[in-house]
Amino acid sequence: MSLAAHLPALQVVLPLLSAPLAVLLRHGGLAFAIVTAGAWSAFAAAIALWLQVGETGAISYHIGNWPPPWGIEYRVDRLASFILLLVAGTAAVVLPYSRASIAREIPRELHYLYYAMFGLCLAGLLGIVVTGDAFNIFVFLEISSLSTYVMIALGRDRRALAASYRYLIMGTIGATFFVIGIGFLYLMTGTLNLVDLAERMRSVESSRPVLAALAFITVGVSLKLALFPLHQWLPNAYTYAPSAVTAFLAATATKVSVYVLIRFWYSVFGETLIFHRLPLPQILLLLSLAAMFAASFTAIFQDNLKRLFAYSSVGQIGYITLGMSFDSVSGLTAAVVHLFNHGITKAAIFLLIGGLVVGLAKPDAHRDAPAGSRDAVPPAPTFDRLAGLAQRMPLTCFGIVVAGLSLIGVPGTAGFVGKWYLILAAMEKGQFWIVGAILLSSLLAVAYVWRFVEVAYFRSPPAGCARCEPPPGLLIPAWLLVGATVWFGLDTSVTLGTALDVARQLVKVGA
Amino acid sequence: MSGGLLEHFSHIVAVLLMVAGLHVVMARGNLIKKLVGLSIFQTSVYLLYIAPGKLIGGTAPILAPEYALYSNPLPHVLILTAIVVGVATLALGLALAVRIREAYGTIEEDEITAADNAVQDAEGAKP
Repeated sequence: MSLAAHLPALQVVLPLLSAPLAVLLRHGGLAFAIVTAGAWSAFAAAIALWLQVGETGAISYHIGNWPPPWGIEYRVDRLASFILLLVAGTAAVVLPYSRASIAREIPRELHYLYYAMFGLCLAGLLGIVVTGDAFNIFVFLEISSLSTYVMIALGRDRRALAASYRYLIMGTIGATFFVIGIGFLYLMTGTLNLVDLAERMRSVESSRPVLAALAFITVGVSLKLALFPLHQWLPNAYTYAPSAVTAFLAATATKVSVYVLIRFWYSVFGETLIFHRLPLPQILLLLSLAAMFAASFTAIFQDNLKRLFAYSSVGQIGYITLGMSFDSVSGLTAAVVHLFNHGITKAAIFLLIGGLVVGLAKPDAHRDAPAGSRDAVPPAPTFDRLAGLAQRMPLTCFGIVVAGLSLIGVPGTAGFVGKWYLILAAMEKGQFWIVGAILLSSLLAVAYVWRFVEVAYFRSPPAGCARCEPPPGLLIPAWLLVGATVWFGLDTSVTLGTALDVARQLVKVGA
Repeated sequence: MSGGLLEHFSHIVAVLLMVAGLHVVMARGNLIKKLVGLSIFQTSVYLLYIAPGKLIGGTAPILAPEYALYSNPLPHVLILTAIVVGVATLALGLALAVRIREAYGTIEEDEITAADNAVQDAEGAKP
């Protein structure tokens, strides 16, 4: 009982503790064991919290027994518990994968640092979700971001360094914008507790500092979630980071930022201000459509498979923000459910691509190893290397195709559920042209997934290539997520049920 | 007019620093200069928080009959955290700049982009 009462704190503390322990142990294997233990217990805590919140409603946990609004409050409601499941679940799957994956990508003596950074990043992301204190969000945001920059820079390619630096600049600007916004809110209301903030906001909500705060917070968080014109940091960061890092970030980092935006728009600033007095929904609608088309279109022309799916991520985030822009129950349901489903789909894809790179690097697998020239760098998954790959790695390729179907939104896969609700939301608003736009942009997804299918399945493999499926340590975690992609497409009671609950709780003004 | 300026003195300084810092981040191509700009930008936020918390003549919040006027200590505590975050960011940014210099031989952004593009073209051109 006493332990269960502390679950919201344990959720963050366990991964947070695992990180310095991993550094102290200075041993790759031990660090792996302890950070994985931290992540799995965080996942267990997330499941327990999700069940508990489903029964009793939102949980409020007072750090150090100081009652809010003076003390820091951890607050877990339906939405938070759902995102916790996604973040902790992805970490629990990606960590075992890391063991086999980073052995080929990161020098052995740095392994323990990788696990330490992973633990910190996980703690930061979970912290953002559970905390009910505005400044605390900033601190956790920076904990997760700083460790993310390090993990990206661990990529073998030197472009990983440049990508990490660029992300550091953009991410810090975003976080600083966010903290400026929090500062204005604190000046106007004298509180940092989100619930208290929402109440006190009502008397000052039209004042200029509050509007400035809204602008700063929205732009700052949009940078972190890679909303369309602010996504410049994302493609290179995803392309050159180690495979396991890409998978973890694609599933969690941007999604947690979407959570922060939903939290601030719906719970703190309130729908009346956001959706009725300001032209924010129109702006978000246009940017989302731009993301859905421009980013998906750019994806089609990428030569590197990782970069292709990185651009696809920017496009898919467009669907999530499109759902937010409707201010309706079905719109927000679509956003929340797509956030979860796209998270696991993209994690599956990037894990499989990581396996594919390992398979390609096997000595008998690739034909033209230029003698001596940076042979330490694993081959980039460019299309010219993928010809006829399905014969050499049937399981990996089939997994990418299944997850790709989910990106397109084929019925029976997870990606369909979110898009279906998006279309419902657009029809409720009577905006049928948006329905057309959603279908059209899905065709772009068909195009980029087809490009992979065409090269991998219909081109003949170079002569003399053996079967080179990646080792089971990489395939099993990836296929777990592919399985989840199909599972959540067929049985939607967990994802859709939770998302509907969340939307009904948060949407009070809109239909 | 001058009274209005003086009244908002700390805010005006904060905004000037903020804009100057952001400008340096965006306009300069040198990775170190960008980090300098980023630091100035972050410092402006410290001022934005601290200044309104100070009351002229106010003391630290000490519970004693002779002190009646307190400055709000919370912004200081928040900014102490933000300073730590800022230092960590700067350290990491500088470390990355060192690694970039080792890998590319330059810390000018346009030269790094040119080097990357050359590699990308070579990758694309390979049959």
